[in-house]
Amino acid sequence: MDLSAINPVLLVASLMIAATPILLAAIGELVVERAGVLNLGVEGMMIIGAICGFAIAVETGSPLVGFVGAAFAGAALSLLFAFLTQIMLANQVASGLALTLFGLGLSALIGQGYAGQKPPPTPRLDLPVLSDMPVLGQVLFSHDPMVYFAIAMIAATWAVLKYSRVGLILRAVGENHDAAHALGYKVVRIRILAIMFGGACAGLGGAYLSLIRVPQWTEGMTAGAGWIALAIVVFASWKPWRVMLGAYLFGGVTVLQFNLQAAGVSIPVQYLSMAPYVITILVLVIMSSSKSRAALNAPAALGRIFHATH
Amino acid sequence: MLRLEKRPVPSKAWTIATPLLAVLATMVAGGILFAILGKDPVEAIRTIFWDPLFSEQFAAYSRPQLLVKAGPLILIAIGLSFGFRAGIWNIGAEGQYIMGAIAGGAVGLAFYPTAGWYIFPLMVVAGAAGGWAWAMIPAILRTRFNTNEILVSLLLVYVAEHILSAMSFGLLRNPEGHGFPGSRNFKEYDSVSNTELIANSGMHWGVVAAFIAVIFAYVIMTRHILGYQITLAGQSPRAAKFGGVNPNRLIVLCLGASGVLAGLAGVFEVTGPAGQLTTDFNQGYGFTAIIVAFLGRLHPVGILLAGLLMALTYIGGDLAQLMMGLPKPAIQAFQGMLLFFLLALDVLTNFRIRFKKSEAA
Repeated sequence: MDLSAINPVLLVASLMIAATPILLAAIGELVVERAGVLNLGVEGMMIIGAICGFAIAVETGSPLVGFVGAAFAGAALSLLFAFLTQIMLANQVASGLALTLFGLGLSALIGQGYAGQKPPPTPRLDLPVLSDMPVLGQVLFSHDPMVYFAIAMIAATWAVLKYSRVGLILRAVGENHDAAHALGYKVVRIRILAIMFGGACAGLGGAYLSLIRVPQWTEGMTAGAGWIALAIVVFASWKPWRVMLGAYLFGGVTVLQFNLQAAGVSIPVQYLSMAPYVITILVLVIMSSSKSRAALNAPAALGRIFHATH
Repeated sequence: MLRLEKRPVPSKAWTIATPLLAVLATMVAGGILFAILGKDPVEAIRTIFWDPLFSEQFAAYSRPQLLVKAGPLILIAIGLSFGFRAGIWNIGAEGQYIMGAIAGGAVGLAFYPTAGWYIFPLMVVAGAAGGWAWAMIPAILRTRFNTNEILVSLLLVYVAEHILSAMSFGLLRNPEGHGFPGSRNFKEYDSVSNTELIANSGMHWGVVAAFIAVIFAYVIMTRHILGYQITLAGQSPRAAKFGGVNPNRLIVLCLGASGVLAGLAGVFEVTGPAGQLTTDFNQGYGFTAIIVAFLGRLHPVGILLAGLLMALTYIGGDLAQLMMGLPKPAIQAFQGMLLFFLLALDVLTNFRIRFKKSEAA
């Protein structure tokens, strides 16, 4: 074992890469949950985004078009969930599961011809002065644009939820849909839009996996990333900046266990690979055990079905 | 304009009719999917639903497979139905099923090569205990720390898969396997081999256990106070609390029951149809069982029928893959679609659709 082989600069730099797919999916789900809808189909939307983004990028040769396509694909799949839960008033837990099961099958079907191919490379940002700085340049300023896009999404979501009228309406719908309905807001329409936003974000997160992080297509490649994104929303007590903290924490654990594997620690690979899941569970337990924090911040109408009688 | 009006009680007729309608709708939508893939849709649907049972060429092989595949699905789905009725969402049955197989398999391998009638029962007990213990993690975290059981049970599936991989590459690897991953083959170890009880029927101990579970669940649901408490807690948690139902006790019982049954399914699968512990012996039965539970309306008899139908799509899917080159994931998407249609059509059970002119209120 040679721990000195682990380079802290590279570790932090790759942590940001590892965290980005989850960050994107989690911020989308945060908006959905703040609107009072629990969509457990994140995993399914991510993997559909992964394959659609990959296929489109390979066919067009442009990663950017791939990302846009992935966002549309994720949003399209989420419309199925929206139809089930908002129009047909189906149970949200079951519908989300259905979305995940269906998405895993459909993605494998679409992806049959794409295994083993290489996607077009996404250029890294090269800022004149910043990228050349000794340590910070490598850690912070020489990633691909999606890393910064994800951080910008966090900031934008935080600002919209906190300071804008749209954010206020969204939160009202999530806290008390009957009151929001009585005030004349279109609860169902707002929720469908929120669900589509969540789908688009999950699609982007999936495409980040297949286009940049890995980068190739394999069946079931999200490997629970969608579920971890759901857990991070709970960890973050539905607050945008804490989503970023949670995702980076998770990214750190993932990258660290990869580095320990590479350094030849005498623990079997499988036990290191399960660390991110175990730590996610532990974090969930810590967050939910202190009643004062997590539970109070949950949107009051989360998971409840809205049926307007008037 | 269409309006939905909530029924005072769910319609009995629609409760039975919606799964049938959902199957029909899935056949149509699946046919369209197969047509897009360039296959003849009518032939594909016939190959999946008809040929495994009635074709002279294949039925002799595939009819017994029906019970082999339905056994674990029914066993797991029965366990899940308790929790789903009470609003306790154990979606990690796949993990409990894997851990049951590992625990049961490990006991059997520990005795190798001793012969004895008592080894197989011990393995079954160990399998049930393994599944139960894995289900107790989300149960205790929920009752003690109020942690969401949906996320914990699901995340534990990934942990279980990694343990399975570690076991088949390490501790439980066949020492005479020339370095290949995977345990000893249980089929070559007579004391523990879970073979067919009646030749060419597909009936092994797992199927027997599934039938017993169906009967047991039926009695509990319709005749026992526990069944009443489960239904009450699912429909109105507050009323259940006032009625003296202890919610924590219910969580431990429901998750425990599904863990035990999933663990049993695991040990019967690994000693029987699968034959050995490998990284991919599990076939995703734990997830498909969720569809089975819903398709069977969380009712034991319904689950029995739904399990057989889902088993048919597995066998028919394999057949369509062989005969028509239908890709394997197409069947997975097909099974997912079934759950979609079921959930969508369920609106008819709980709501009445009224045609009304839109009025300016």
